[in-house]
Amino acid sequence: MELPPYATTGQKVWFYTFRVLCGLIFFFLIAPILTIIPLSFNAENFFTFTPGMLAFEADAYSLKHYEDFFTNSQWQTALKNSVQIAPAATLLSVGLGTLAAVGLSQSHVPARRAIMAILISPMIVPLIISAAGMYFFYSRIGLQGTYLGVVLAHAALGIPFVIITVTATLVGFDNSLTRASANLGAGPVRTFFKVQMPLILPGVISGGLFAFITSFDEVVVVLFVGSAGQKTLPWQMFIGLREQISPTILAVATILVIISIALLTTVELLRRRSERLRGLSPT
Amino acid sequence: MANATDPDSYTGATPDNAIRDADRAEKTGQMLAADGTPLKTSLARSLRAQKLRALMLIAPLLIFILVTFIAPIADMLFRSVENQIVSETLPRTVQALDSWDGEGAPDEETFRALAADLTIATELKNHTRLGSRLNYETTGISSLFRQTGRDVDEIGEGYMEQFIELDEAWEDPATWMTLMAADSWIENRAQWASDKAEAEAAQDAATTAAEAIALEFTDPEPPFRLNDIASDALPRTASIFRQFARITQTENEDSPAEEEPWAIIYQALYEDLSAGRGDGYEGQAATLIDEARSAVVGFEDQSIKDYFINEIDEDWGSTEVWGTIKAFSSPYTAGYFLASADLQLTAQGIEKQPEDQQIYALLFKRTMFMSLTIMFSCILLGYPIAFLLSNLPMRTSNMLLILVLLPFWTSLLVRTSAWKVLLQQQGVINDILVWIGLVADNDRLQLINNQTGTIIAMTHILLPFMILPLYSVMKTIPPYYVRAAKSLGATNWTAFWRVYFPQSVPGIGAGSILVFILSIGYYITPELVGGTTGTFISNRIAYHISSSLNWGLAAALGSILLALVLVLYYLYDRIVGIDNVSLG
Repeated sequence: MELPPYATTGQKVWFYTFRVLCGLIFFFLIAPILTIIPLSFNAENFFTFTPGMLAFEADAYSLKHYEDFFTNSQWQTALKNSVQIAPAATLLSVGLGTLAAVGLSQSHVPARRAIMAILISPMIVPLIISAAGMYFFYSRIGLQGTYLGVVLAHAALGIPFVIITVTATLVGFDNSLTRASANLGAGPVRTFFKVQMPLILPGVISGGLFAFITSFDEVVVVLFVGSAGQKTLPWQMFIGLREQISPTILAVATILVIISIALLTTVELLRRRSERLRGLSPT
Repeated sequence: MANATDPDSYTGATPDNAIRDADRAEKTGQMLAADGTPLKTSLARSLRAQKLRALMLIAPLLIFILVTFIAPIADMLFRSVENQIVSETLPRTVQALDSWDGEGAPDEETFRALAADLTIATELKNHTRLGSRLNYETTGISSLFRQTGRDVDEIGEGYMEQFIELDEAWEDPATWMTLMAADSWIENRAQWASDKAEAEAAQDAATTAAEAIALEFTDPEPPFRLNDIASDALPRTASIFRQFARITQTENEDSPAEEEPWAIIYQALYEDLSAGRGDGYEGQAATLIDEARSAVVGFEDQSIKDYFINEIDEDWGSTEVWGTIKAFSSPYTAGYFLASADLQLTAQGIEKQPEDQQIYALLFKRTMFMSLTIMFSCILLGYPIAFLLSNLPMRTSNMLLILVLLPFWTSLLVRTSAWKVLLQQQGVINDILVWIGLVADNDRLQLINNQTGTIIAMTHILLPFMILPLYSVMKTIPPYYVRAAKSLGATNWTAFWRVYFPQSVPGIGAGSILVFILSIGYYITPELVGGTTGTFISNRIAYHISSSLNWGLAAALGSILLALVLVLYYLYDRIVGIDNVSLG
């Protein structure tokens, strides 16, 4: 989309207007996230730029909100809970999800559409409904308010992502490789770990990252299924935002933005690697 | 040795044997596999094995999802119609109400049943739960039940005194045992008592504390059994007595053989005897019953109905209370769904809720309206971006795509907190507007805790879900159609509107449905920035689960929302195909 040399004034005006318009929309998308980063270094307990910050005075900035995050016991408990729950849920959904994705990608699966619909359903059903149902059912069977209950719930929410990413990697999978491996004397288990697994690994990892971020970021279900003992980071943020909003939230938010940038980069690199491995795109 | 390497000397599945088998089969006209079985059978077997293997791989996850996810959803659907609490807590009353005509208070019989049911419910501490359940339908019932729970144990005291005056034996738990308990139970209990005494003696003889603890006798008393004569001769007394015995054993951990029965049991005995029942006993019990039966005619009659209405609460005489109990007496009810539609179930049938309590239609309408507004804002903002991205060279567009993906990947709470901070009255946006001079300092805009706040924040949060499908559709639109249109004389606008836009409509459809589905079920953002006017139906569901504890109504609202979302997904699947869900 470039402006041809023969463009009329009207076309030029429209061209630049459109660009500016797009620039504004990009600004709308990204500015809120970027604004909170400098605000989190605010030396005052305000949520806006103080005159000192605008004049770039050194003592208008401080790390005190970060300090609060790392020393406040409530935030630390929440962080600890998040770090305990998310990996457990991820392992569960990746383990079961990969196995099922391999099963689903075989050529003769009875009722594949129905099975797929059931497995994807946690992604389709609005979170508030999943949370309500899980709250009712888990309190019936005594899982409400337990660590296990939250892990199971989060694993269920993460599974669709694992299924989708892993089946997507398996679509381009060359089945003659497994036949060749069987022909050379490897059993199904050995074939899976030595031939299939290395090829689908990028899909498995990015599915796992999705599952991890789902659990790490999840607040609705944990609000209902968990109890005070399972208070996670998002939960603590939710309470902070609803009740007594403190600038520490901005420090936590900044840390989370950095984590998500790291994850985004990883997933992108994995996607490229996977395409290269499967020969879908030139290296 | 020569024979060992000779292919002809092997039996079993070797290529040579297979060829030989095939030769033989050609004569019979049947194709054979390497191991000699017909090819058809062999193929079918291998296919079956393959299917089985695939299913074995899927099964663990399928079971996992069914238990952790599908069962909860099914539970929610069940709860939206389930209503066993009334018929379980008030079984006798519900039965007696069958003959009620729906006008005024029901007859004495019903009140007798109510007294029995409520005494038992009060002992089990169930009456307050039932009260709050019925309170959702008619306000005031909760306090009525609590009040009644305090007074109900006095019912029957008059008869109790008169029975005891007649014969002191009526006061003695042993009398009741001979009348009510099954012989087998009395024997079991005697055995249990002697075991217990023995154990206690051994415990007393123990030398160390640890030994004494090890010898402790922990078996509970054997569960009470009613005898057959009692349930035939004195059905009402027997049914209450059995519950009395069970509750005494399980709730209070006492023995019915040592506890004085409740006053309501004397009430039931009076009812049974004055109705002329009580035949079938022998010996001493028969004499006791006969004596009492001839005496009850002279007993001072006490109306339970009067007691309920005049002594406990006059609300027991109101048609509304009884209508509610009757309307919700069936084990399943459409009441919650009716409530979700601003209707209510009364004894006279379905009626509209009073004007000031009609909130759900408004809430559904508001959810729809706001979701549509968010959807249109997303189209408006997403279309130019997707257009720009799909028309730029790959390298630039990939760079710009990061600006879309970063918000997509950023924690929902981070984005919500950003908006909460930016939109405040003392926040960045108001500060800038004041600084520019658009808004006076004392007249700052109210951007948060209302619909504006929810719409702005959610448009921002859902915008990537519009841009990504739009972009993937627009990328596939070949540029030469527009060029052809222009070379045929179309203006820029005509070429866009008549040629390019129609080809991008599938992308708009996909993105719109996705954004709409996501937004009608949103909870966190409206809760945090929506205040009271910018909330969705999902916030009401959460309120009913955690604050008002009306789980049935929460389940019904959830079921309606779920149905709506599933219909939309069905459309999405028809239009876009669910397999095309991409994750950026």
